[in-house]
Amino acid sequence: MARPKKKHNKEIFALGNEAVVEGALLAGCNFYAGYPITPSSEIMEIMAQRLPTIPNGAFVQMEDEIGGLGAIIGASLAGRKALTATSGPGFSLMQENLGYGCITETPLVIVNVMRGGPSTGLPTSPAQGDVQQARWGTHGDHSIIVLSASNVQECLEMTIEAFNLAEKYRTPVILLIDEITAHTREKIIIPNEDEYEVFNRTLPTMPPEWYKPYEETVRGVPPMPAIGSGYRFHVTGLTHDVNGFPTSRPDEVREFNERLFRKIDQFLPDIQLVEEIDTEDAEVAVIAYGTVARSAELAVKQARALGVKAGLLKLKTLFPYPRKATEKLMYKAKAIIVPEMNMGQISREVKRVNNGQVSVRTINKVDGQIITPAEILKVLTRI
Amino acid sequence: MADIKGTQLIHEYLRHNKKFPHVFCAGCGHGIVLGSLIRSIHGLGLAKDNVCIVAGIGCSGRLAAYVDFNTVHTTHGRALTFATGIKMAKPNMHVIVVMGDGDSMAIGGNHLIHAARRNIGVTALILNNNIYGMTGGQCSPTTPAGSYSMTTPMGQMEQSFDCVELCTAAGANYVARGSVFHVNKLDSMIMEGITNPGFGVVEILSPCFTQYGRKNKFKSPVDMYHALKSKVTPLERFNAIPEAERGERVPSGVFVKKDKPGLEEKFYEMAARCQGGE
Repeated sequence: MARPKKKHNKEIFALGNEAVVEGALLAGCNFYAGYPITPSSEIMEIMAQRLPTIPNGAFVQMEDEIGGLGAIIGASLAGRKALTATSGPGFSLMQENLGYGCITETPLVIVNVMRGGPSTGLPTSPAQGDVQQARWGTHGDHSIIVLSASNVQECLEMTIEAFNLAEKYRTPVILLIDEITAHTREKIIIPNEDEYEVFNRTLPTMPPEWYKPYEETVRGVPPMPAIGSGYRFHVTGLTHDVNGFPTSRPDEVREFNERLFRKIDQFLPDIQLVEEIDTEDAEVAVIAYGTVARSAELAVKQARALGVKAGLLKLKTLFPYPRKATEKLMYKAKAIIVPEMNMGQISREVKRVNNGQVSVRTINKVDGQIITPAEILKVLTRI
Repeated sequence: MADIKGTQLIHEYLRHNKKFPHVFCAGCGHGIVLGSLIRSIHGLGLAKDNVCIVAGIGCSGRLAAYVDFNTVHTTHGRALTFATGIKMAKPNMHVIVVMGDGDSMAIGGNHLIHAARRNIGVTALILNNNIYGMTGGQCSPTTPAGSYSMTTPMGQMEQSFDCVELCTAAGANYVARGSVFHVNKLDSMIMEGITNPGFGVVEILSPCFTQYGRKNKFKSPVDMYHALKSKVTPLERFNAIPEAERGERVPSGVFVKKDKPGLEEKFYEMAARCQGGE
């Protein structure tokens, strides 16, 4: 039945995990496969309810996370926009297939609601311990896109962003959220259709017999037809030539691997999303992401009230690491503070960019508790 | 459909831009399976675009690359999960999975039993050569007790899996066992597996002389085919033989044939109800 179109934005009171689902559906996601795990399970539960109600939507609960990622790779190859969500232990199981997603250039979105670790760790406590796992968890050398969200509204927005980047660059995109954001309930605004962009993978326009599935293009991203659409080609996790067949010829192997990096590295401004708060004249700057960025934002405001010229660089993209934005900060600031709920997984990226120019202080907390604004403020006012 | 015969049929379905020769050793049964699969697809009159071959890792995994269908060569043991995604996304497509014994019953054992339980509309061909061929001849979950391999130099001590019993117990809609020596029967089993709704399994006994045969007192690949000929017994005849006299005989034929709807059929029916009831 046709419903009258609402003129105003829809506002809902939602969990971070619910916002991920809203964002995914807005981005055109119509396939979910996965395995439940705390604290990400709500994403799967709501998908099980919502997907059968949308045309062409499909949902399947697999026997494990390996199966979950396998199934969404299959679905994506068959032309669907596919999502899976998990938490640390499940994300570990997905790593082999994640590499398969990279080498076969399959658009995928994986949401990892991080919990304390290692191992079964702290199932319902927040942590940011999977940052480097997201970057380097799978074997081999590869480029990857890792995003984060620091509040419920951002869960929605960054999920849309994740799907867009996955489709645009034909690559798996990982969205890292921590347990606090996933389980916080906040008012969010669901944007109208004309307020956000949805990007779909480029389809081939040439006749099937001319199509080479892994041929170089201007953007480095070959067009991708769905299985069953008339373009029959081979998909393999083996290093392949432009036709998709396994090769070990050094020139073909090198060209292929370099293109996988290049297709992402030449579009860094499009991928590296950051938000700068009070950084114009900042003498001390905080670099933070996830829920910690929220604490940092308040700490920066409080520090300003106390006369400290503080600023915040909020990372929405974690990898490829936003080097430019970090460098810009270092030209001005005397010191950088990197608070994280791990022992320093992003601060090592910051230090790498910094290369000894300014003082980098870290605040690390691994007790299953959030880093509070007061803890950041204390460091901000002492520098 | 039967106007193209023998090698002509191969020309119709092989990929001409693929670099040959193939990876299979002399005496390997996998090429025979590929021939049988092509004849089955051709016999059923399926459109190439409507067929997706999903393969795992190992010798059997390479089979997909040679044929002109939608083909996906997946990670080790996970072919069934990829196939589940493809079938759920494209329920009208014929999704055929090609796996080895290690692929399907060791690393992918969990996926096999759950694909059967879930009754996803996929046809699984399990190419059982009782050994890990491509990795150099280590024992597999179907290496018979007492057999020699690189990792059982004193003889296999573990029990082996019976693929048919495993899949039957897990709830597959269609379960059959054939061999590369009995090709005509194999053709009909594969055809029946493809057309039967829900999850279908065809276990195919396919000898590996290079890795299994030469370590287990077979003088030549021909010996292995002779062994297949004498061991593989049609199900009805097998049942008629008293248990004590069965010896090394292996029953072959169709063990299970049910017509329960596949998961994808049930899902889209449910989804249609959800969308219609709005």
